[in-house]
Amino acid sequence: MTDAAMTSTAMQSQATASRRDFGLKKRHRDEALFRFYGIAAITIGVAFLAILLFSIVSKGYTAFVQTSITVPVEFSAELIDKDNERATNPRVLVSANYPVLARNAVAKALGVDLADRAAMREIQAFVSDGSRSILREIVTADPNVIGTTRPVTLLAAADLDSANKGQIDLRVAEQNRKVSDQQLRWLEQLKQQGAISTPFNWGLLSFGASSRPETAGLGVALIGSAYMMLIVLVLALPIGVAASIYLEEFAKKNPFTDFIEVNINNLAAVPSIVFGLLGLAVFINFFGMPRSAPLVGGLVLTLMTLPTIIIATRAALRSVPPSIRSAALGIGASRTQMVFDHVLPLATPGILTGTIIGLARALGETAPLLLIGMVAFVANYPSTPLEPATALPVQIFMWTNEAERAFVERTSGAVMVLLVFLALMNILAIVLRRRFERRW
Amino acid sequence: MSLESVSATSSNPIPNAPPKMTGDKVGVFYGEKQALFDVDLKIVANQVTSLIGPSGCGKSTFLRSLNRMNDTIDGCRVIGKISLDTDDIYDPSIDVVELRARVGMVFQKPNPFPKSIFENVAYGPRIHGITKSKAEMDELVHSSLRRAGLWNEVKDRLNEPGTGLSGGQQQRLCIARAIATKPEVLLMDEPCSALDPIATAVIEELIDELRENFTIVIVTHSMQQAARVSQKTAFFHLGKLIEEGKTEDIFTNPRNKQTQDYITGRIG
Repeated sequence: MTDAAMTSTAMQSQATASRRDFGLKKRHRDEALFRFYGIAAITIGVAFLAILLFSIVSKGYTAFVQTSITVPVEFSAELIDKDNERATNPRVLVSANYPVLARNAVAKALGVDLADRAAMREIQAFVSDGSRSILREIVTADPNVIGTTRPVTLLAAADLDSANKGQIDLRVAEQNRKVSDQQLRWLEQLKQQGAISTPFNWGLLSFGASSRPETAGLGVALIGSAYMMLIVLVLALPIGVAASIYLEEFAKKNPFTDFIEVNINNLAAVPSIVFGLLGLAVFINFFGMPRSAPLVGGLVLTLMTLPTIIIATRAALRSVPPSIRSAALGIGASRTQMVFDHVLPLATPGILTGTIIGLARALGETAPLLLIGMVAFVANYPSTPLEPATALPVQIFMWTNEAERAFVERTSGAVMVLLVFLALMNILAIVLRRRFERRW
Repeated sequence: MSLESVSATSSNPIPNAPPKMTGDKVGVFYGEKQALFDVDLKIVANQVTSLIGPSGCGKSTFLRSLNRMNDTIDGCRVIGKISLDTDDIYDPSIDVVELRARVGMVFQKPNPFPKSIFENVAYGPRIHGITKSKAEMDELVHSSLRRAGLWNEVKDRLNEPGTGLSGGQQQRLCIARAIATKPEVLLMDEPCSALDPIATAVIEELIDELRENFTIVIVTHSMQQAARVSQKTAFFHLGKLIEEGKTEDIFTNPRNKQTQDYITGRIG
């Protein structure tokens, strides 16, 4: 306070003489300029983020609804079980020609003559081939349904689904389009009958891979990614934390440990595809593990995540003040007791954050998984981590290679699912960090 | 000397009793630099010995070598012999963990664990297996807090974090924590330098009560504190032990000129 008083009196006494130049104008201008740069940088970043999100969401949100056709289906005994063998030969129910049943049902609803072959071919394209499994489920569950007529909700074929969502360019000439004008008129007719609905597309999350977009889903990819995340968590966390504790608290400081530290830092920067090559050479070729298995994918991702966890853990351990360690050692705790009873609990928030960030990165990795074969077409859920599966980012990659319009929206939809998971994991990391942060 | 162990108390000093701790030509190196030269010092049981001297003279270094806390510093080397009773504490057969349970330490800046007050005091006895039951542990924690003069202030909030106390209370908690392991010697490294005068007075009174049962070695910057609190004083300068003796002798009638200069404020 006395300084300010002195300065003001000094200034007053010098007021008549030349005023001292503190360079205020320039400093204020520099500060304003810096603030402007900061705000501009943030704005540019946010703008790019907004553009990215908008482009993905605008293309992908339609993937979450699926056009369905509800029509009364006649479970004709004539078509399903002509010779009435179902009592002795249940296989006859499994191999019946269900697509024809579906086609006939739609034709009846439209009032089209069943004998009109050309029309029937066009109607065949209405209903997804996946209706085979839906109808088969109904009949094998309750064979008494044969001979009755029931309303069934069937999935529309992908091209019709796209047409219904307005994604087909109708200005193109009819022979260059995937849906004909006649099919579009029939679609209108069914809509007016109230047979068309667009319920939420749970199939996107539960179906396995399929060449037909309407029956393709992320189910296998989600399970595969889940298995791999579990393996990474179970392996990388204990190994990484133990290695870090040893390097930080117990190892002597000599050139050898310096060498190890430099290598770990380098490993964190190695491109992920190199880990894929490593996985291929060691796990698949040398150890003979099954290709495309989440186990191998998990092991490769573990190797990739280890350096991240080790570095985060070391930073967390270093941030614990030395006074805590001295206090613990001073009352006769052994080194191990000091680390586990005092240092580790205080380092836990940092370790958790590093682990979750490492896991989030592993969730989004594609390149190493491509090399170990998780880019396969897997239609059935894997029951163990040793069976072939795929991963979420890899599934996205595979769908981008497909040409059909319906796969385009599904790719964006899958990207949205992936982004939601990543956002959730990062939010979890922040919440856990805030909750466990302690003051000392 | 009789073979039966007779414990000394401050009011009943045994003449010619063996010293509790002895330093014999003790030298300490930090890497290549020698910080302590040839220190011979006897720490008398059940008395307060103060180590005084200007900054950087090696008194904290000597204190830390008494419970081998220097082991935690990379590149630190101790030569010579330091004995607790008659055992060389740097002998490889000595377990440093047991040594630190017998020779406790209170640091300059209060450093309670970020745990509850009860846990702070109970941690030491727990890891050394001193108590056998929960009731014994409760009793030990309560009595340690009482002896540290903190009981009345915390008795109804034993589960609150130790870091929530004031500076003086935290230091008393650290003292309670140190005496809970029932050490024989208590080392105090400038325990009051971070505290206000009232808290300092409380702790000095505490030190006087504690010497009934413990041997205390205290490093202090304040000569008045050394004069108030200790019975024996050792003056260090530039890594050498210049003079040691009874406190009143050192302060009223020092033999060495350097001691005289320090006490009168001409150096340091």
